Amino acid sequence: MGRPRLAVFKFASCDGCQLTVLSLEDELLQLAEAVDICYFLEASSRMEPGPYDVALVEGSVSTEEDLQRILEIRQNSRYLVTIGACATAGGIQALRNWGDHAEFLRCVYAKPEYIRSLAHSTPIAAHVPVDFELRGCPISKQQLLEVLAALLAGRRPKTPEHAVCLECKRRLAVCVAVARGVPCLGPVTQAGCGALCPAFGRGCYGCFGPAAQPNLAGLTNHLQAAGMAPRRLVSGLRLFNAAAPAFQQESDRLAALEEAER
Amino acid sequence: MTDRRVIEVPALTRVEGEGGLKVVLHDGQVDDVQLNIYEPPRLFEALLRGRPLDDVPDITARICGICPVAYQMSSVHALEAALGLRMTPELRSLRRLLYCGEWIESHALHIHLLHAPDFLGYESGLAMAADHPEAVARGLALRKLGNRLLEALGGRAVHPVSVAVGGFYGLPRADVVQALVADFAQGLELACDAARWVASFSFPDFDRSYEMVALVHPDEYAMNEGELRSTAGLACPVTEFEQRFEEYQVPHSTALQARRRETGTCYLVGPLARVALSRERLAPRARALADELLPEPATNVFRGIVARAVEVVHAFEEALELLRHYRPVWPPRVPWQPREGTGCAATEAPRGTLYHRYRVSADGTVAEARIVPPTSQNQAQIEDDLRAWLPRVLPAGEQRAALDCERLVRSYDPCISCAAHFLRVTWESV
Repeated sequence: MGRPRLAVFKFASCDGCQLTVLSLEDELLQLAEAVDICYFLEASSRMEPGPYDVALVEGSVSTEEDLQRILEIRQNSRYLVTIGACATAGGIQALRNWGDHAEFLRCVYAKPEYIRSLAHSTPIAAHVPVDFELRGCPISKQQLLEVLAALLAGRRPKTPEHAVCLECKRRLAVCVAVARGVPCLGPVTQAGCGALCPAFGRGCYGCFGPAAQPNLAGLTNHLQAAGMAPRRLVSGLRLFNAAAPAFQQESDRLAALEEAER
Repeated sequence: MTDRRVIEVPALTRVEGEGGLKVVLHDGQVDDVQLNIYEPPRLFEALLRGRPLDDVPDITARICGICPVAYQMSSVHALEAALGLRMTPELRSLRRLLYCGEWIESHALHIHLLHAPDFLGYESGLAMAADHPEAVARGLALRKLGNRLLEALGGRAVHPVSVAVGGFYGLPRADVVQALVADFAQGLELACDAARWVASFSFPDFDRSYEMVALVHPDEYAMNEGELRSTAGLACPVTEFEQRFEEYQVPHSTALQARRRETGTCYLVGPLARVALSRERLAPRARALADELLPEPATNVFRGIVARAVEVVHAFEEALELLRHYRPVWPPRVPWQPREGTGCAATEAPRGTLYHRYRVSADGTVAEARIVPPTSQNQAQIEDDLRAWLPRVLPAGEQRAALDCERLVRSYDPCISCAAHFLRVTWESV
C-alpha cells in the first residue's frame, strides 16, 4: 500500500486550525514523508484530485457553494475529520444564527445584494457524516498528532472528553473560580487546551466546546446566585462554540428566562 | 469581431485564505484584472455589536489565525482610546514583545514555506525541503521561536489568551521568559543567515513608483503606535485615518478596495513600506542588513521577502532586549470603568497597517465596530501591479502568465481570511 493521501480543506474560518499542521515544526517534515499531502492550498501549489484517504476539514458551512462542496469532499474521502470550533460547531460566525442575517449583511456591506451567504453558519456534521471531530479554537497540536498517528495506525483516535478542570488540577493551577470568584467555563468545557486561561488568571471561555455530560444549569445557577446577570451568561456561552448543542440550549434557556423577567 | 479571452487562476495557493485571480484580455490587451475573494463573509463588524468590551480582543483574534495578535493589539488600543485609558510604559513594552513573536512567526512562515518556493521552483516548502533541507529547517526553527515567545506570553501561538483591555490577564514568571534568551540569541544569528539567503534569490526587474504607507514612531520601528506617514509626504495622526483613506466599490467587481482620499490613488502597506519609512529606526544588525541587502529605494515588490527577512532580524534584536529585561508587571492590567466614547487605533500587522475604530456604550458593550485590514488596503495596488506586470509575462503564453501573476500576488503575502469580511465577493461568471 502506498502512503495515505491527505487533503486539507477550508470553509468559513480563520485558517488557524490548518495552520496548526504547519506549526508541527518538529514533526512536519516527517509527516510529509509519512503521508502524501495531495491537496493543501495554504501550503502547496500541488492540487491532486481525490480520492483521499484522510480529509481534514476546517471551517463552517455558510454559503450555497459550500453546501455542494462538502458533499463532493465527503464522496472523495475515506475518513473525514473536522478540525476546530468552526467545523465542529459553526464557529464565532454562528452568532448570526441568533441575529437578523439581512441586517448583519447591511451592517458590513454597502451593497449586501452582492453577497451570497446563508442565514446560518453550521458545522460540517450537519451536512455529511463525519468520522472524527477534533475540537478547539484553535485545535491542539498534540491532539492533531494523535489523530494523524491513529489514522496511520488504523485505530480510532483517543482524545479526552472530560472537563478543563481536570487539566487545571494536573497543572497545579489555582482555581480562579474558587479562589477569586472569576466566572469560568472550565467545569463544562472539554479539555484539550491545557487549561491555559486559569494559568493566566482568567476564567475559561470555552474554546473546546461542551465536555461530556456537562452540568450547565448547575454552573449557570451558581454564577447567577453569585450575582452574574443572565445577559452576561448568555454572551459567555455564545462565543466560538455558541452553536454546540449543550451551550446553545443553555444560552437559549437563559435568554428566554431573561425575556420572561422583562 | 474582437477576441475576448480570460486567464483564470481559480485558486491561489500558498496564501492565507482562499481567493482567485481573473484577467480579461481584449484583442491581446489587458482589459480587466480582478483579485477575487471567495472566502465566505463572517460578518465580524455586525456580530461585535452588543458584546462586552472584554470579548473584543478574543473575538477579533479569530479574524485571522496567522496574525491574531495584530487584531488583539489594534482592538485593545482602540478600545483604550475610547475609554480614555493610558498604558504604562512597562505594559506597552510587553505588548511590543508579544508582537515581536507574531512578526517572527508570521514572516518566517511566509518566507520559508510559502514564498521561497517561488524563487527556487518548488510547489511547496515541504517539497523544497528535499533539496534545501538546511534552509527549510532554519525557517521552521525561526518560526518555532516566534511561536514559543507567543506561548510564553500568551499561552498559545494561535489566539493567545492573555491579552486584555487595559493590559494582560496575567503574565508569566521571569524565569519562564528569560529561559528564551539563549535560544533567541541563536535565533538572531539564524535570522541573519536567512536574510542573506533570501537576498541571494534572483528577482524580476519590477521597480515601480508606489505611495507607501506605514506608521512611523519617533524613537521606535513602529509596531503598536505612531503617526501615519507615506512616501508621498502624508503625515497625520491615526485619528485622521478615515479622512485620508477611503474604501470604495469598483463597478465591475464587488470587491471593496481602498485608496487615498485626496488623490484617489492606490497605495501599498506592509514590510517594504515600513522599511522605506523607518529604515533608520531598525535595530543595528537589521539596519546594516537592510542597507546591504535592500538598498534604497526598495520599490520592487518581489523583494518584499527581503524586507520581511530584515524585519525578522529586527524582531529578534528587539525581543532579545525586552526578554533580557523582562519582569512581570503587577498589576498586569490598568483598571477601567465603562463609559460612552469612540476610539480608534492602528498597529502594524505583519502584512501592514491594521485600523480599528469602536464606538462603545455606557453599559460596557460595543455599539459600532469598523476594521480595515492591510490586505484590503493592498488589493487595489495588487491589481494595479498586475496590469503593469501582465504585458511582460503574456508573451510566454497564458499558462505561464497565470503562474507569474500568482507569484506577484504572493509577494504581497495577502491575508484573505482577514480581507474577506471587508471585501465584496465577485460572483461574475464568464
